[in-house]
Amino acid sequence: MEQRTVDLMQKRLKRRYAAERRFQWYGKISILIALTFLLLMFINIVGKGHHAFLQTHIRLTVDLESDAFPAETSSTNALYTADYSGLIKKALRKQFPEVTKRGDKRALYQLISPGAGYQLRDRIVAEPALIGQAIELWLTADDDVDMYVKYTPRDMSESESSTQRLSEKQRGWLEQLRSEGRLKTQFNTAFFTAGDSREPELAGIWGALVGSFFTLLVTLCLSFPIGVGAAIYLEEFAPKNKWTDVIEVNVNNLAAVPSIVFGLLGLAVFINFFGVPRSAPIAGGFVLTLMTLPVIIISSRAVLKAVPPSIREAALGIGASKVQMVFSHVVPLALPGMLTGTIIGMGRALGETAPLLMIGMMAFVVDIPAGLFDSSTALPVQIYLWADSPERGFEERTSAAIMVLLAFLVVMNAAAVYLRKRFERKW
Amino acid sequence: MKSAEDTAMKISKKQAASGGPASRQGNDTLTLEGAIETVGDITVENPRIQCRNVNVFYGDKQAIKNVSIEIGRNEVIAMIGPSGCGKSTFLRCLNRMNDIIESCVVSGDIQLDEKDIYSKATDVVTLRAQVGMVFQRPNPFPKSIYENVAYGPRIHGLVDSKIDLDEVVETSLRKAGLWDEVKDRLQQPGTGLSGGQQQRLCIARTIAVRPEVILMDEPCSALDPIATAKIEELMDELSENYTIVIVTHSMQQAARVSQRTAYFHLGELVEVNDTRRIFTNPQHRLTEGYITGRFG
Repeated sequence: MEQRTVDLMQKRLKRRYAAERRFQWYGKISILIALTFLLLMFINIVGKGHHAFLQTHIRLTVDLESDAFPAETSSTNALYTADYSGLIKKALRKQFPEVTKRGDKRALYQLISPGAGYQLRDRIVAEPALIGQAIELWLTADDDVDMYVKYTPRDMSESESSTQRLSEKQRGWLEQLRSEGRLKTQFNTAFFTAGDSREPELAGIWGALVGSFFTLLVTLCLSFPIGVGAAIYLEEFAPKNKWTDVIEVNVNNLAAVPSIVFGLLGLAVFINFFGVPRSAPIAGGFVLTLMTLPVIIISSRAVLKAVPPSIREAALGIGASKVQMVFSHVVPLALPGMLTGTIIGMGRALGETAPLLMIGMMAFVVDIPAGLFDSSTALPVQIYLWADSPERGFEERTSAAIMVLLAFLVVMNAAAVYLRKRFERKW
Repeated sequence: MKSAEDTAMKISKKQAASGGPASRQGNDTLTLEGAIETVGDITVENPRIQCRNVNVFYGDKQAIKNVSIEIGRNEVIAMIGPSGCGKSTFLRCLNRMNDIIESCVVSGDIQLDEKDIYSKATDVVTLRAQVGMVFQRPNPFPKSIYENVAYGPRIHGLVDSKIDLDEVVETSLRKAGLWDEVKDRLQQPGTGLSGGQQQRLCIARTIAVRPEVILMDEPCSALDPIATAKIEELMDELSENYTIVIVTHSMQQAARVSQRTAYFHLGELVEVNDTRRIFTNPQHRLTEGYITGRFG
């Protein structure tokens, strides 16, 4: 007697369902592994970096005696000549009158950041009327002090403290300051407003952010119109022949070229041949444009291809010319996808370091760039530079800068999702 | 009405004159090997479109073989035939929609009002404004109902003011029998309408350009019977002002809406005749086979 299909199926059915369940488990495990690593990365970065958003300050009573300033204080230039670090040192000596030995004095001066003099100067320049008075001033502490205050619990044992970079005396002075309420950690505004510095406590990412902004501005302004234009021409107008095949293959290959090669190309072509200023955002923008173009072209072509042919036929069928068809029907439908592709390309450009190293954007630049032609650095390059520095203060700043970079990437990707949802047309 | 023999003689003469193959004689070529002679009456008085020896190739494959036919003014002509017989391909030749297919080559002579539409002097954009097309699947633009209809008149500069444009949109929608259903929601997306409404919107979009000929490529194949009935009614009204060429899979539809019917078989035009005659007394055995349902 012949068996029925249902009976024959039974045996395999169990195995088929088991395979299905097994596959689902593989998927879940993969996602779990990926999420674990992501979480570990975040914990590591945030754990190391969150301290960088706080900075220790020391309050000193600075006596602004008139003798310390030039007689003619009306002009700002004259004010710049005064010995501000001298004033701060004096304030420190006044705070700790018992310190008399030369070595001890030097150790005492090290508590305050070398940049504190500039803080005082800026304050006086802004408000020259203060001269002659004694003012209370919160001054940035040195990075070693900062590390000690942020990382050392108060009841730390002696053996642990021996690894500190601060001497016992310095720690004593700090405890004294703390007991007098002259020590506090507060939000580190300098980190967001300053440029790079040799001193961790003075270093900020603003210069790198502005540099990245200008670089990406150039990249966006060049790569979006060029990339989208090229994609539209290649997809909609170009004849399909040998030449367009060659171009297509080359565009695809360019997308896979390592970014450092684009850096070398930019160095040879833009800087050495065309004389674009070295380590300026404009040069970085050019190089990143080269790198981003293939990404934008490929993604734009893909979305153009996905526009249903019925829309093209509809437009042509009522007598629209090809350009009208493309620009009033096909491109509006493809635009959200093009924007997404562009933003993803820009995200990649924002995180790119290697090509910028080649064109000199890894220089140590303290000033905030004011335009496209100023020397500057970029956020990922800044991270790279800080990661290379030995000071412990830079270690946490590296992580903090990574957090800022990640935040920008998340914002950009969110913008891509939003734009796609906002402009998407359904039919 | 002339007899079939007379007609065949006439065609043969015409083809001999236009350089057609000498072997194509007689009207009872029954095998598919070699060329089939078109039977029936391909000519009309006062034709709007004249096609002579049209061949269409997709690469190496020949989709249309030596088709000659005339299409009269204000007539509805239906094209029927089994799937893949080339009727849609032929339809798309009439407004050069085949141009957008890379590998497609059209030879022969197609004239609209005695002007060769494939000559270099013919502007394809103008041609498509004269010969409108409605497609198999409703394909409204993903824009508002108003914009769908207004797009054609606007790009062709048919109207000068917003008021004129409003009027054109209203007339077109009225002609397409859609006005009462959509007049309160002209700014809503055309894609939100039902399938039948969308197809009528596409018809409104086509007639807003005031074409002379409307090509319809299986306009009802994606619609339910009620929507189909509405479209057929509409075709009837439109035939007063327009020449309509409709490709259809439904023989009932062809019988209902058309005055003449052309039967295509494997890229060849087998028979053209009055619709009533084709369905009651087909001349060719292939036509008879298709109509009686022996294949298709």
